[in-house]
Amino acid sequence: MIIHHPILGPRDAQEFVYLGDANLIDRPDGMTAGVEVFHEYLYQRTNPAGEHQELWYHEQGDRSWLVITRNTVTHEITKVELARDVARSRGRSK
Amino acid sequence: MTQSNRITGGQIDRTKTLRFTFDGIPYQGHPGDTLASALLANGVKLMGRSFKYHRPRGPISAGSEEPNALVELRSGGRQEPNTRATVAELFDGLTANSQNRWPSLRFDAMGINDKLSTFFAAGFYYKTFMWPKSFWEKLYEPIIRRAAGLGSVTREEDPDNYDKGFLHCDLLVIGAGPTGLMAALTAGRAGKRVILADEDFRMGGRLNAETYAVGDLQGADWAAGVVAELSSMPNLRLMTRTTVVGAFDHGIYSAVERVSDHLATPTDGKPRQILWRIYSGKAILAGGATERPVAFENNDRPGIMMAGALRAYANRWGVKVGERVAVFTNNDDGLRTALDLQAIGVDVVAVIDSREGGDLLPGIRHLQGAEVIDTAGNLGLKSISVRQANGRSETFAVDALGVSGGWNPNVNIHSHHRSRPVYDPAIAAFIPGKDGPPGLLVAGAAAGQMSTHAALKTGRDAAIAACDLTNGPDLPQAEDAPVRITPLWHVAHGKGRAWIDQQNDVTVKDIKLAKQENFTSVEHLKRYTTLGMATDQGKTSNVIGLAVMAELTGRSIPETGTTIYRPPYTPVAMGTLAGRSRGREFKPFRLTPSHHWAKEQGAIFVEVGNWLRTQWVPKAGETEWRQSVDREVLATRKSVGICDVTTLGKIDIQGTDAGAFLDRVYANTFSTLAVGKCRYGLMLREDGIVFDDGTTARMSPSEYVMTTTTANAVTVFRHLEYCRQVLWPDMDVQLISTTEAWAQFSAAGPNARNLLAKIVDQDISDAAFPYMGAGNITVGGLRARLFRISFSGELAYEIAVPTRYGDALLREMLAKGAEFDPIVYGTEALGVMRIEKGHVAGGELNGQSTALNMGLGKMVSKKKDSIGMVLSQREGMTAENGYRLVGVKPVDPQAKLTAGSHFLEKGAAAVAANDGGWLTSKVYSPHLGCDIALGYLKAGDTKIGQRMRIVNLLAGLDTEVEIISPHMFDPEGERLRG
Repeated sequence: MIIHHPILGPRDAQEFVYLGDANLIDRPDGMTAGVEVFHEYLYQRTNPAGEHQELWYHEQGDRSWLVITRNTVTHEITKVELARDVARSRGRSK
Repeated sequence: MTQSNRITGGQIDRTKTLRFTFDGIPYQGHPGDTLASALLANGVKLMGRSFKYHRPRGPISAGSEEPNALVELRSGGRQEPNTRATVAELFDGLTANSQNRWPSLRFDAMGINDKLSTFFAAGFYYKTFMWPKSFWEKLYEPIIRRAAGLGSVTREEDPDNYDKGFLHCDLLVIGAGPTGLMAALTAGRAGKRVILADEDFRMGGRLNAETYAVGDLQGADWAAGVVAELSSMPNLRLMTRTTVVGAFDHGIYSAVERVSDHLATPTDGKPRQILWRIYSGKAILAGGATERPVAFENNDRPGIMMAGALRAYANRWGVKVGERVAVFTNNDDGLRTALDLQAIGVDVVAVIDSREGGDLLPGIRHLQGAEVIDTAGNLGLKSISVRQANGRSETFAVDALGVSGGWNPNVNIHSHHRSRPVYDPAIAAFIPGKDGPPGLLVAGAAAGQMSTHAALKTGRDAAIAACDLTNGPDLPQAEDAPVRITPLWHVAHGKGRAWIDQQNDVTVKDIKLAKQENFTSVEHLKRYTTLGMATDQGKTSNVIGLAVMAELTGRSIPETGTTIYRPPYTPVAMGTLAGRSRGREFKPFRLTPSHHWAKEQGAIFVEVGNWLRTQWVPKAGETEWRQSVDREVLATRKSVGICDVTTLGKIDIQGTDAGAFLDRVYANTFSTLAVGKCRYGLMLREDGIVFDDGTTARMSPSEYVMTTTTANAVTVFRHLEYCRQVLWPDMDVQLISTTEAWAQFSAAGPNARNLLAKIVDQDISDAAFPYMGAGNITVGGLRARLFRISFSGELAYEIAVPTRYGDALLREMLAKGAEFDPIVYGTEALGVMRIEKGHVAGGELNGQSTALNMGLGKMVSKKKDSIGMVLSQREGMTAENGYRLVGVKPVDPQAKLTAGSHFLEKGAAAVAANDGGWLTSKVYSPHLGCDIALGYLKAGDTKIGQRMRIVNLLAGLDTEVEIISPHMFDPEGERLRG
């Protein structure tokens, strides 16, 4: 696969490490959320046959974490964003 | 022997003679020959024995689809089994041998299998060799493997190099027949970067095997002219001997280039083969088509081959396969073979045409509505029996028979993304379906466009479409004959065997048996009968196999469907896939700064991940590893020992939020750590399991230096970047890995400070540099770092200098501290000392254990949010009777323990239900004078002082032990604060 890195342009997928569902961005606050909420967060994931947002890490590159929108059936990649930007847009800060 | 079957013409260089041997017999051929064409030129048709029945076999094709003529090439380390003689390019000195026969190809003792064929029908071993179960591994399987096999592999190492490479292009053209040449010409003249790849050593594809004209040239000459023009274009890369074997995502294709297979040995510096990864903007599959046989009784004798192959051997290689030839066809293409052979003076005895009506061939006995019903000839074809339209049988004495059941488009690459081919009744074959690999167009015969004109036209038009062009070259005049075919898959006659898949010895009977046992889906049919498996992957057999199944089940061919093709298109050698990642280059060593010193001492090394670490350093007279390790431990605890700890991961963490960041990633608190101090940190995964541990020092208010375990250096760094970028994107914190920037040594033992005082420029007295102190120092003016931390339980420091000074630092410490008799210890002594102290490492940090399991539960702060804090509180992980880390010592000091052994109560049966836990690490402690171990024991914290058993049924161990605190040596920690 080829991943169009928002900073570095097209890069081979071999340079990246895959993590999984980008919903991991929405980590609950451990001081307020309990075991149930964290359990949902960590384990309850959808596994769509189709478009999926995923976290990838450019380990053999610039160490950016990316959010990649990929069709799990066709492997078509429709969007690549810096995870930091996505995280901020979802309201994450410090 | 002198090429008795060589005739005039063809694209071989008769000015040069190549010598080769087959089964030890010398023969001659010419440049341009394949091994098969050269053997056929010498009158040799028998080239192998079949897989199951050991039937005598010759080639049926002239290309990569060959199921029969599999031979072993070369000898020694270059011996190569299962090579298709039909694509093995002849070179001077080639040695080839037949395989799967004993004692010889002409007389094969295992030919008895053919007489026992009843026992070897489809699925025979599933049913026959079921009982008793224990016989399978020891008796049945070895016998079957020996009897039913292909070639043998050499036991010697391959002396050649294999390589990998990367190519980029606007357009990849797969196949260099008329379609591919026209596509490449169109895109090439438009200035596009084009790669044209063909598996053959000569471009032109089928044009080389035909007598057609293209424009006013012979087809092969037209092809040579186009190749010459393409070769002159700087934007074209022509790759012969290169098979595109797979279509992957986003326009990436893999291809194998056989750089040196046609040479006795690779020329200097050249690899044997290259695995190319081709990044293409667009691709055109111009892979042509493959002729398929018709199944009839005894259709597998040497001399029976595809009609198109007979024609190819005559036209391209100047070889007449037989003196008296017949053709059996269900379509017009078979008639071309008869005409071509007749034109070069071969005696065409008869054309057996299964179709009724139509024009009769002039000057040839053309039997319409006729079928070949049987053949004779043990080691080679002698005669065929024909049933004519009027029902009468007639026998013809022939030594070669060309068979044409129609042509299958080579859709394989188009199916690599699971696109299912669709059946086209007009040509009675499968053509590419929808949803093929994005960016891949199919043209020419691969798309079911069978005439030369259609090939040229669709090749050009595909290139125009792929490259967004408005026009292309004018098309030369070429034949445009329609496909006229009346499907005939197998001849219904008699009770003998009619082969469908010659490589796997699958006959019409086997298909019937599969149907009878309800294996009617094509996927089941394949696995039950092995139809279409092995090196040829059913290129000639799949379609007729499923067509016969369709007939038997009364379904249509589209209803029956076809299996889909997966990469690779043709077999790929393991060496090619490995490339240069072989031997040491598969996993290169990372060497520590003390490596050269240790090697000089004759140290023993151990692989730790990619690192090569010193395991122990033997002294003269030590004959056994324990002597060295015990000495290293005792000497360290007595005076001072030095250990290279460079391999631990080191991460510099800087920024105004560095402390807050560490509070989030460590279970314990770091923001409160004073500048100039270190702290042990415990890192959890989000699921609450311990991820890693290490000490982290605060060098300034906004700078920390973290250490990780050697094993997790990479994953911890990845995790920290994840936390920083994904979870808390606005934290002011920056990371950099400095593992390889610093050489780091531990100096441990009562004289550690005395030794270091002679090295470092600063005051490191206990007052100036207390326990858990950390700071930037200098060593003879060189910037360095010092940490007062201890893994051994001794008064200990870790000192770090820029990596290139590591070797010098070690030698300096040993020289300047000589009065203290310092020793260098390795990972074994390190392990002994950490287990004596109850410090966790690999066996305890096993990815399944919590802080509570390790006795470190109090380290998980609830006053702040940190990764894993919440889920570490889950019910199942906080149970009071859960596993706890304990120390273990045998009651009998002579008893030996084994890591992995289990805890049992005294008197309890050694069954899983009574299992109390297990030993995670075990060493011999020279201080305690016995084996000691760490282990996870259920409710272990309540069992200190009790006696249990340690049982290991595999090691025959069952011994009584005392459960003790994991802190087995100096439990009060007086030594390390000294």
